Amino acid sequence: MPGTSPPSPLEPNRVVPLSTFLNLTFTGLVVGAIYGLFALGYTLVYGVLRLINFAHSEVFMWGSFAAVWMMTLLNARAGSGGPAAVLYLLLALLAAMAVSGAVALLVERVAYRRLREKKSPPLVALISAIGASFMLSEIMGLRDRIAGWLNLDGVLGDYVRPARENTQFVNPLPNATLLDVGGFQVRSTQLIVLVAALAMMIALEQFVRRSRLGRGVRAVSQDAEAAALMGVDQKRVVQLTFLLGGLMAGAAALLYLMHIGVTRYNVGFILGIKAFTAAVLGGIGNIRGALLGGLVLGLAENYGSQLFGSAWKDVVSFLLLVVVLLFRPTGLLGESLGKARA
Amino acid sequence: MRSIVKLATPVAAAALLLTACGGTTGGSTEEPSAGASSGSSCPEGLSIGFFGALTGPDANLGVNIRNGVDLAVTQHNAQDGACQVALEEYDSQGLPDQATGLATQAVRDENVLGVVGPAFSGESRVADPIFAEAGLVGITPSATNPSLAEQGWETFFRVLGNDATQGPAAASYITGTLGKQKVYVVDDASEYGKGLADLVRADLGAAKVKDNTVQKGQTDFSAVVADIRATGADAVFFGGYYAEAGLLAKQMRDAGLTSEQVAFVSDDGAKDNGFVTAAGQAAAEGTVFTCPCLPPDQAEGTFVQDYTDAYGTAPATYSAEGFDAANILLDGIADGSTTREDLLEFVKGYDEAGVTKQLTFDDKGEPSEISVWAYKVEGGQIVADQEIPAS
Repeated sequence: MPGTSPPSPLEPNRVVPLSTFLNLTFTGLVVGAIYGLFALGYTLVYGVLRLINFAHSEVFMWGSFAAVWMMTLLNARAGSGGPAAVLYLLLALLAAMAVSGAVALLVERVAYRRLREKKSPPLVALISAIGASFMLSEIMGLRDRIAGWLNLDGVLGDYVRPARENTQFVNPLPNATLLDVGGFQVRSTQLIVLVAALAMMIALEQFVRRSRLGRGVRAVSQDAEAAALMGVDQKRVVQLTFLLGGLMAGAAALLYLMHIGVTRYNVGFILGIKAFTAAVLGGIGNIRGALLGGLVLGLAENYGSQLFGSAWKDVVSFLLLVVVLLFRPTGLLGESLGKARA
Repeated sequence: MRSIVKLATPVAAAALLLTACGGTTGGSTEEPSAGASSGSSCPEGLSIGFFGALTGPDANLGVNIRNGVDLAVTQHNAQDGACQVALEEYDSQGLPDQATGLATQAVRDENVLGVVGPAFSGESRVADPIFAEAGLVGITPSATNPSLAEQGWETFFRVLGNDATQGPAAASYITGTLGKQKVYVVDDASEYGKGLADLVRADLGAAKVKDNTVQKGQTDFSAVVADIRATGADAVFFGGYYAEAGLLAKQMRDAGLTSEQVAFVSDDGAKDNGFVTAAGQAAAEGTVFTCPCLPPDQAEGTFVQDYTDAYGTAPATYSAEGFDAANILLDGIADGSTTREDLLEFVKGYDEAGVTKQLTFDDKGEPSEISVWAYKVEGGQIVADQEIPAS
C-alpha cells in the first residue's frame, strides 16, 4: 500500500527499553509454550505414520469448547477465586482433554484407518484429513442449527449460541500481578499457563521415553515392520499416538483460553498453522523439537511485532522458518522420534 | 505448499457452504405471503436487497441492519396489500472477496430494484462499482469510509455521516473530553479501520505517540500490549471491528493496564455486544465508542417498540439506519418507481423525515444531516454517553 504511514522500522521509537524486551520475551514464551503443546499432536503422528494430521487443529478447537461448556455447566463466575476456582479449572482441563482425545481417536478411526489398511497413497490421507478438519469445524459452527433440528434449542441455548461468534471462556481464577520491576510484569495467569504447558510436555516426553507403551511408539516410529515382528501391535500404537496428541491439544486448548479468553469454531485454523510451523521448525517427529520450535516461534512473533509492527509478525516468523530450513532442512533438532531418543 | 492447500480448500468450501446457508434461512423467513396482492400499483415479485455480513466474525452488525430492513419490509407489506415487496439477502460475511459474486448476482436478478448496503467499506469498494454500472441504487446504512463518495458512483448513497466527521470527533473526544495527551493508535489494516485510524492520527497530531497495525483474525496481542506499556500511552484508539477490538481491550486489562491509566476508545465497527463478549464484562467496562449513528432509543416514532416486539432484542448499532434506508426504497416503489432507473431518480430527490434524521442526499450521495455520538460500556451494556459537537 503506497502512500500510507504504517509503523516502520524507521520510526524514532526504535530503541526498545529493557522492560519491554523482557515483557515481549515472557509473553512470547507463554504463547510459544501453547504452540509447542499443540504441536505435539502433529509431531507424534508424523513420527509414527509419516503423515500430517491436518484435522488436529479441530481436535484443539473441540477441546476449547469442552472447557467453555464445562464452565457454563458449573456456572462459574469470572475471578471468583478460592479452592472452587482451582477445582473448576481442573474439571475444565479434564473435559477439554477428554473431548480432544475422543475427537482425535474418532479422526483416526474415520478418516485414516481404512486408508492405511488399504495402503493408500499419502496424498489421499491428506485430502481425507482436510475433509475431516472441515467437517469438524463446520459442525461446531452450525451447532445452533443442529440443536434446532433436534428440538434441543431451548435446553442448549447457552451452549449453542451464537454459533459462529466468539464464545467467552469464564476464568474463575483472579489474575494478579506477581512481579512488577520497572515495567516488567509477570501476571499469575501467564505464569500458570507457561508452567503448566512445560510440565505437560515434560510428562509426555518421559512417558514416551520410559513407559512400555512409549517404547512401542518409538519402536514403530523407527521401523514399523521390525516392531510388528517383535510383537508390537501397530494398530494400538497408532491409536495411542492420536490419543496422546489429542490429550495434549486439549490441555493446550484450556491454556489458550486462560491466556486469550475466547474461542470460535474456526479458531484452530490459524493456530493449527502456527503449531504445525512450530513442529516443522523444531524438527517434525521430534518431541523436544516441538517444544523448542514453539518457544522460538512465540519469541520470533513478539520480537517481529515490536520491530516491524504487529501486522508483520507472521512474515517474520515464516521468514525465520524458511531460513532455518535452508540451513537445517530437518528443523532445529532433526526429524526422528526414535533416533533422538524421543 | 502444504499450508497453501490447507488455506485455500477450507476457505473456498466454507464460503460456498456459508453462502448456501445464508440463502436458505433468508428465503424461508423473508418471503411475504404471496397472493395478498390484488391490485395493479406495482408488478408482482419485486424485491429489495440487503447486502452485508450475516455470518462470519463481524456478523452482529449485519444482523442488526438486516432486522431493521426486514422490519421496514414487513411493515410496508402489511400496509400496502397491493404492492408486496420481498427481501433478498446477500450474505457477504463482510469479506470483500465475496462481494463481486454477490453484487453480480444482485444485478442479474431483475426483480431487485435497490439494495440496502453493502454494510462495510471494504466490500462497498468492490460491490458499488458493479451496482453503479448496472444503475442499481445502493443505500448503505453503515459504510463510513469517506472516499466511497468520491468515486463518481451515481448509485451510491449513505444515511449516516462518514469517517471524515467521525475521525475528528473521536480525536477531539479523546484529547478534549477525556483529557488524554498520549494516544496509541492501532488499526486492523481494513479499508474502514485503517481509513478511520488515519483520520484520527491526522487530527491527533502531536498527541499521537505511536502507530501499530494488527491483522484481522489475530488473537494474541501481547506484543502490542507490551508496546503500549513501553510508550506510556494514556489512551488507545482502535480502528476496526469488534472481534479484534474486544481481545485487545481484554489483553490490555489482563496485563494490568487499567481503564483509569489507559483509556480504550474505538469506533462504530466495534460498538457491538460482541465487543463485551470478547473482552469480558470487567475488561470492557469504561470503553468508549464513537459512532455517526443515533442512539437507537432516540429514534422517532414507534420504531424501538416495533423492533423489540419483532426480534426480541432492542435495536442495536445501525438497526435504525437500516430501517431508514429500506424505507427510502420502499417509499419509492410505493410511489410507482418500479424500475431501477426510476427508483434511482426517486432516491436522488428524496426529502422525508426518517426515524434517525431528515433524509436527503447531496449530489455525492452523502446525507445532509450528520451527528456523531460517543457511547460507553457501563455494567456490560453499551449506552449513549453524549453527542460530540462538530469541531
